[in-house]
Amino acid sequence: MSNEAVLHGHPEVVTTHEVHHDEHHVHHHKETFITKYVFSQDHKMIAKQFLITGMTWAIIGGLMSVLFRLQLGYPDQTFPWLEDILGRWAKGGKITAENYYALVTMHGTVLVFFVLTGGLSGTFANFLIPLQCGARDMASPFMNMLSYWFFFGGSVVMLSSLFIQTGPFSGGWTAYPPLSALGDASPGSKTGMDLWITAMAMFVISSLLGGLNYISTVLNLRTKGMSMTRLPLTIWALFFTAVLGVLSFPVLLSGFILLLFDRHAGTSFYLSDIYINGVGALPNEGGSAILFQHLFWFLGHPEVYIILLPAMGMASEILSVNARKPIFGYMAMVGSLFAITILAFLVWAHHMFVTGLNPFLGSVFVLLTLLIAVPSAIKVFNWLTTIWKANIRFTPGMLFALGFVSLFISGGLTGIFLGNSTLDIHLHDTYFVIAHFHIVMGVSAFFGMFAGIYHWFPKMYGRYLNSTMAYVHFWVTLIGAYLIFWPMHYEGLAGMPRRYLDYSIWESFKQFSDLNKFISTVAMIVFAVQLMFVFNFFYSIFKGRKVTTQNPWGSTTLEWTAPIRPGHGNWPGEIPEVHRWAYDYSKDGRDFIPQTEPINPNESKH
Amino acid sequence: MTTTGIFLLAILALGFLITFQIAKASEYVSVLKGEKKAFEQSNKINGALMVVFLVLGLIGVFWCNKLLYGKTLLAHPSASDHGKNIDTMLYITIAITGIVFFVTQILLFWFAYKYQHSEKRKAFYFPHNNKLEILWTTVPAITLCILVGFGLMYWFRITGDAPANAMQVEITGKQFGWIYRYPGKDNTFGKKYYRMIDEGKNNQLGLTWIDSTITKRDNHNNPSGTVDIKADPASFDDIVTNEAMYLVKGEPVKLIINSRDVIHDVGLSHFRLKMDAVPGTPTTMWFTPLYTTAEMKEITKNPKFEYEISCDQMCGNGHYSMKGLIKVVTKEEFILWRAKQKPAYVTAFPDKDPANKLPAPAAADSTKATAGNAAKQPIAAAKP
Repeated sequence: MSNEAVLHGHPEVVTTHEVHHDEHHVHHHKETFITKYVFSQDHKMIAKQFLITGMTWAIIGGLMSVLFRLQLGYPDQTFPWLEDILGRWAKGGKITAENYYALVTMHGTVLVFFVLTGGLSGTFANFLIPLQCGARDMASPFMNMLSYWFFFGGSVVMLSSLFIQTGPFSGGWTAYPPLSALGDASPGSKTGMDLWITAMAMFVISSLLGGLNYISTVLNLRTKGMSMTRLPLTIWALFFTAVLGVLSFPVLLSGFILLLFDRHAGTSFYLSDIYINGVGALPNEGGSAILFQHLFWFLGHPEVYIILLPAMGMASEILSVNARKPIFGYMAMVGSLFAITILAFLVWAHHMFVTGLNPFLGSVFVLLTLLIAVPSAIKVFNWLTTIWKANIRFTPGMLFALGFVSLFISGGLTGIFLGNSTLDIHLHDTYFVIAHFHIVMGVSAFFGMFAGIYHWFPKMYGRYLNSTMAYVHFWVTLIGAYLIFWPMHYEGLAGMPRRYLDYSIWESFKQFSDLNKFISTVAMIVFAVQLMFVFNFFYSIFKGRKVTTQNPWGSTTLEWTAPIRPGHGNWPGEIPEVHRWAYDYSKDGRDFIPQTEPINPNESKH
Repeated sequence: MTTTGIFLLAILALGFLITFQIAKASEYVSVLKGEKKAFEQSNKINGALMVVFLVLGLIGVFWCNKLLYGKTLLAHPSASDHGKNIDTMLYITIAITGIVFFVTQILLFWFAYKYQHSEKRKAFYFPHNNKLEILWTTVPAITLCILVGFGLMYWFRITGDAPANAMQVEITGKQFGWIYRYPGKDNTFGKKYYRMIDEGKNNQLGLTWIDSTITKRDNHNNPSGTVDIKADPASFDDIVTNEAMYLVKGEPVKLIINSRDVIHDVGLSHFRLKMDAVPGTPTTMWFTPLYTTAEMKEITKNPKFEYEISCDQMCGNGHYSMKGLIKVVTKEEFILWRAKQKPAYVTAFPDKDPANKLPAPAAADSTKATAGNAAKQPIAAAKP
């Protein structure tokens, strides 16, 4: 199906427009407020919907972390105002254990799925794929709209679980049964867990609808001349992300459905030989609690790359544009993305080294896990070479892309510790793990996302974000992120377990109370600065400096050939044709050569 | 809200307001100065900050290490033989990743500073170079092979079979505490069945002490078949305690790990080990303690030192308080301690004198065989 057909549903328009494209207007249909801003089928509007919903979730999820950091940093103090906000969840101004675990669980779920998957992929896959591939819209705009509304529905259900009597789910974002299956084992596993599963099921549907769309758009709707090897790396990364999601999310859903059966239909997929205090022996026999972990991590590990790949893609693109240099080793970059995608499916059991997994099986997963470090190392060295002998402009997007590389190195290297079963048996479920994954997939993915937002905001809203606030945002966040998570490695090396409400009763772990206070304080400052970013975002939508040139960053890619504020359909008239790859910067004495410019016979080859 | 709270919020609000005003002003200034000049200025500042960040960051890394190293486990020797291997592995990994960390971070921020925008410079068109790319594919691959090699060598040592003479101790997790069981004189753990668990009758593990017929119940509490349990004499001398796990210095011990309800994890940070406790699927882990608790008190210079067992797998609202204890003692102390322990059977049935018991033959497992048949039997029971 051609782009025109997708947009307008009448393919006869396509054949003739070459002759009289001046008369061809993009907007034929009248748009109401509802079709333009609410049930929009324009990929750009859907991207903004994902972004703003994701930002709302990020604020909620971040606020949760501030609340539980308050408990961790100041376990012996009371905060009466907490009771005003949280009611019985903070009796006497202290966060209860029940509330603490609910906060930790929701923080994880919200940030991993609703912010860094939905918010990140949803925003940039939607926004960039049609614009950078040269398509009028997604392959199926209607499915795309459904994808957002399933995401929104899932969000509403997840949010509503915070307000029920027995509280939201509180068994950790990984939701291991039997804890997540038995309401008698934990109050959060009652109605809260049903809502959690419902919300997650809707989320999975949303991400499948979105993912199928992204894949088919990238494969089928590239403009003339845009071969796969001419695609910008953002598109490659978003494409592999979608492939990962489509292949692994169904497995997660199947795991959840079995869990639902165990909860309500009396089956024993995950349950066996259980005696609950105050309830007695349960009838379930013959299930395996570990089965769920296999199903969960079969998504759970690719999920890490679902979060990380878009950030890698955007960082690659933004580094190249602002270094005014081609990305170094384009094919190696694509190849390493591909290798990561394949390996992502083969390493899930490294989360399960200490579950009693067969040691031989464990050793296979050690090998495969450490293999992933090879493509990751290639990417890091290629990024470094990209900025070597460059001419760097520190735009806010560039700063965040550089920060992304720094954090990816720091967090990636600690993965080599944890992927090695010998060390994992010591460090598993300690603060070392917290430090590792917050740096490598939490903060660094956020940096990728911020880089993307700062870089493409002019395309989204036709205005710039305020740079001064952006610089403050960048430096405080970078320094803060290291101050928060770097010392946590040491807590991990002391064996300090994660997910503890209070360490004061432990002779082995109580020596870090000053450090915890410090970390909590920094976390609050960093959170406040994120609020400043949110303010900058909404302020600049309306009051930001206006974009006056079509291509403000001097970029080669197609989205900058569209009008400053493109309508539905992206290009008035014809879709531009592509003649070259996306990275001709500083070639033959020219600052940049857009993808749309035909190859000059005298041009040097790369 | 307290006054300090209000004060802090006020400071934050003020800081934000100032930043916002400066931010707005700088936009006007850039219009006045010309965008190019404003860009060059901010580019210089950010470039300089790159190097400042690098230098302060490196100092911070050393300072943080100096401050916190002593609080980690690395400041003292590992309390188990496996732990010594794990520490070696840790140092090898720290050395290799440390080099990579410093080299790449320094290059990253140094390049960012050095190649910041300048009118005079033209960026170097350098799209690819096969030699370089092959170099940094193979070098990491070889390095990682070294790490995998060492890792797996230690991993198989740690997860290999326990020595035949290893003492066996069973540890069972429950919400929120630990139950330890020793096999008693016969050196054989008696059979247990989770439906026999009865805290009121001092049978927290469900040991099969008496012949009994148990009615199974389905989810709606309707009876669904019965199970015949035969008493297992091997369970009569089993010692069950919640106090602490006593281990002997220098003697290998094999833990048999169980859970009664949800997944727990036996976290032995001083021994550098951990293993999940999974309901329905026993797991094992073995090691040799190297220092007694008393010796460790001296090594760590902490008179309150204890080998604590921390639950390392989220198990409910009391997770953070699920503490167990290991007391590593000398052989003599251990024999003394064990002599003082009464088998759980005797505690539950004080009238039975253990001295009159016959030596226990290993009973065949009757539980599983009958359970299967029982489920198929027609049930004539009425609803309760």
